[in-house]
Amino acid sequence: MVSPTPLQAFSGVQKAPTKTSKQTLVDGEKMTGAQALIRALEDLGVQDVFGIPGGAILPVYHQIHDDTKFRFVLMRHEQGAGHAAEGYAVATGRVGVCIVTSGPGATNMVTPIADANMDSVPLVVISGQVGIDSIGTDAFQEADTVGITYPVVKHSYLVTDAQDIPRVLAEAHYIARSGRPGPVVVDVSKTAQVGEMYYSWPQKMILPGYNPTTKPHGHVLREAAKLFEQSYRPVLYVGGGAMRSNAGAQVKELADLTDSPIVTTLPARGIVPDSDPKVLGMLGMHGTLAATAATQKCDLLVAIGARFDDRVTGKMDAFAPAARVIHIDIDPAEIGKRRQPDVPIVGDVAEVLDALNAEIKRGQAIRGATNLKPWWNLINSWREKYPMKYDEETPDGTLSPQWVVEELSRQAAPSTIWVSGVGQHQMWASQLIDFENPHSWISSGGLGTMGFGLPAAIGARVGSARDFGGKKPVWLIDGDGSFQMTSEELAAAFIDNAPVKIAILNNSVYGMVRQWQTLFYDKHYSQTSIQDGENTEDIVNVPDFVKLAEAYSCVGIRATTQDEAKAAIKRANEINDRPVLIDFRVYKDAMVWPMVAAGQSNDTVTYKPGVQPLLHNDTTDSGSDSGADEPQNDTDHAAVADGATAAEQSKE
Amino acid sequence: MAIYPASTPHSERHTLSVLVENRPGVLARIAGLFARRAFNINSLSVSPTERPDISRVTVTADVEQVPLEQIIKQLNKLLHVLKIVDLDNTDAVERELVLIKVAANETNRSDVLEIVRLFRVRVVDVHPESLTIEATGAEGKIDALLGLLHDYGIIELVRSGAVAVTRGPHALSEKVVGSEIRGR
Repeated sequence: MVSPTPLQAFSGVQKAPTKTSKQTLVDGEKMTGAQALIRALEDLGVQDVFGIPGGAILPVYHQIHDDTKFRFVLMRHEQGAGHAAEGYAVATGRVGVCIVTSGPGATNMVTPIADANMDSVPLVVISGQVGIDSIGTDAFQEADTVGITYPVVKHSYLVTDAQDIPRVLAEAHYIARSGRPGPVVVDVSKTAQVGEMYYSWPQKMILPGYNPTTKPHGHVLREAAKLFEQSYRPVLYVGGGAMRSNAGAQVKELADLTDSPIVTTLPARGIVPDSDPKVLGMLGMHGTLAATAATQKCDLLVAIGARFDDRVTGKMDAFAPAARVIHIDIDPAEIGKRRQPDVPIVGDVAEVLDALNAEIKRGQAIRGATNLKPWWNLINSWREKYPMKYDEETPDGTLSPQWVVEELSRQAAPSTIWVSGVGQHQMWASQLIDFENPHSWISSGGLGTMGFGLPAAIGARVGSARDFGGKKPVWLIDGDGSFQMTSEELAAAFIDNAPVKIAILNNSVYGMVRQWQTLFYDKHYSQTSIQDGENTEDIVNVPDFVKLAEAYSCVGIRATTQDEAKAAIKRANEINDRPVLIDFRVYKDAMVWPMVAAGQSNDTVTYKPGVQPLLHNDTTDSGSDSGADEPQNDTDHAAVADGATAAEQSKE
Repeated sequence: MAIYPASTPHSERHTLSVLVENRPGVLARIAGLFARRAFNINSLSVSPTERPDISRVTVTADVEQVPLEQIIKQLNKLLHVLKIVDLDNTDAVERELVLIKVAANETNRSDVLEIVRLFRVRVVDVHPESLTIEATGAEGKIDALLGLLHDYGIIELVRSGAVAVTRGPHALSEKVVGSEIRGR
């Protein structure tokens, strides 16, 4: 009996028929590849699967029965299935699984796959493929799924032999969830689905080229601890990697140990509760002034599972110019990709921080903690002077979208899972909701996928029902533009019993694009008016969201005044047997502030039109800063560096 | 940090040796990574190695140090990639095979043959109007030969792309986890 050499255990299409492969693996239960696929998912502990059937995946769907151990959620569009699996994965921390058909089914999945890849969401996408005799012949609904998905996946498989199915699924599930999580595509040819094989479990994985590092090296931890000792203005810049690693407690411990402020990226909102005084909120393009300012002025930037995205850094050369950098990431390729760190630490965030916290405690036991009072005075002055603020009154008497978001947050249960689409509403949600729990904020960060919201909310609601007995309500905050990209999933939400609550901030325009048109394109509002909402005598608007909700058997409510809005939210919070949609009529020219224009230095951050506190070096508390008991040299050095950057900026 | 495109006319030449699993589609994944970053490949050769389960890709490219480090890290993330080394020119042997079809008739044939003899390369095909020369060597030697033959008129030319191994008794694949090299 000859076992296959490990690396060749499955090659793609077999070049010559091998006579031995069938006979070598006689252990196990005889079944078809399709049966094995379902059985493998069950054995992997998969409890919920999203998807849509189709011709090339029918043998697999034929094996889904009433006694199958996972719940199948039938979506209405493959993109919806993918985003739902993403929302499920983020809410529960488990791998999201989708089963779709070949060709158009698989190509519809490319957007969620790319989205999951950017945000490191663990996803296993199983797609059908035509039989191997038809591969490469332009057969009906054939697409080179593996080829298409290469650039946007963690890994892709083409399975042509039934015997490979359980092992490939075990590998795919492991790859998706381990190391830096990501999407894995398993393209299963019809030949493999109908072929016979011998099923056994567990499977031995063959992954010689895959060895993710999770444990940090000792000496970099000591160097990192030393940098903390030498720094007087540290900032913890926390990203989605900390969320994926479930490192909220560790981040909080590090912040408390070192008295450092916490700024977060969009995906990391809520990693430490917003009520914690150390949390300054989101930084970057639409971050809080305090968070962006603190990062620009810091002398130690600790990037924790964050990747220096351009929406965070603005112009890279001018980002945190005086700071030394500690970069903690599980993916070595992220280290030095955008900024060279002084101390690189490769490893799982939670494990690294556990070790780093221990190291810092050891140092502090000997030398004591650094006094950061001047730094906090400066930060608090920013916080007091530039809070997150907006106009509650709007010129045309419609609702203020920011007020709606705050009101939603005020009335929501603390356990609420918040989901958003992409656009202005997403930024307001991130800025104004009080996040008290990690894994309670689901949004498309890296790819910025409009239409992400509704299906992701459905996925999160399925996850909530699975893990929390449905106790965690799911609120979706969406824009009228974003919502219409996947509004067909209202059907899935109703029929598959995912009673999400939907708040549409309806301004009848593509708000974020309109904001850019206002600021950078001479108010030429080219193709951003989408005319949806209520019909009046003069204009016909489509769709009427209330009627749309009712068409899908959901509850639809419209709110045009604050009293209506309060009542609508209250009513929505009471309904739990079906989805509720509230169409909030909001002011179309409301803008997201603060803002850093794309490609500009974060020093140019505009708090509100005409107010650029960092550009004019408006560090109100600089007197107390230099008069403090920290070494004079350090402060002077930083001040010079900051001044130089501001001068450089103003020349541009 | 990010430098785009990765290759500029004045970038230094690097030779990457990449050990990969020998299976379909691997080269496309690797090539895709290079292409996306505007990484101008000078030569690329792929073939099986002393182990049938492992193939070796040799890439030479003129590229800046920073994007090179990034692409090595990105290559390392591919599951099919087992080992990557940026070969040091002083500690590696690098060779390339070239076939050159030179326009040579009875009047200048002996001159061409003199060059062939000087460079210790071989003639593999003779025709009244042409000579086809097989040459092997490091890049400098091949370039010098081509420079001399240029005046006679090069009709056709094909280069195999560089292949390279480190000096000394060790194999790159020894460091591959689960390595099973025998009878070396």
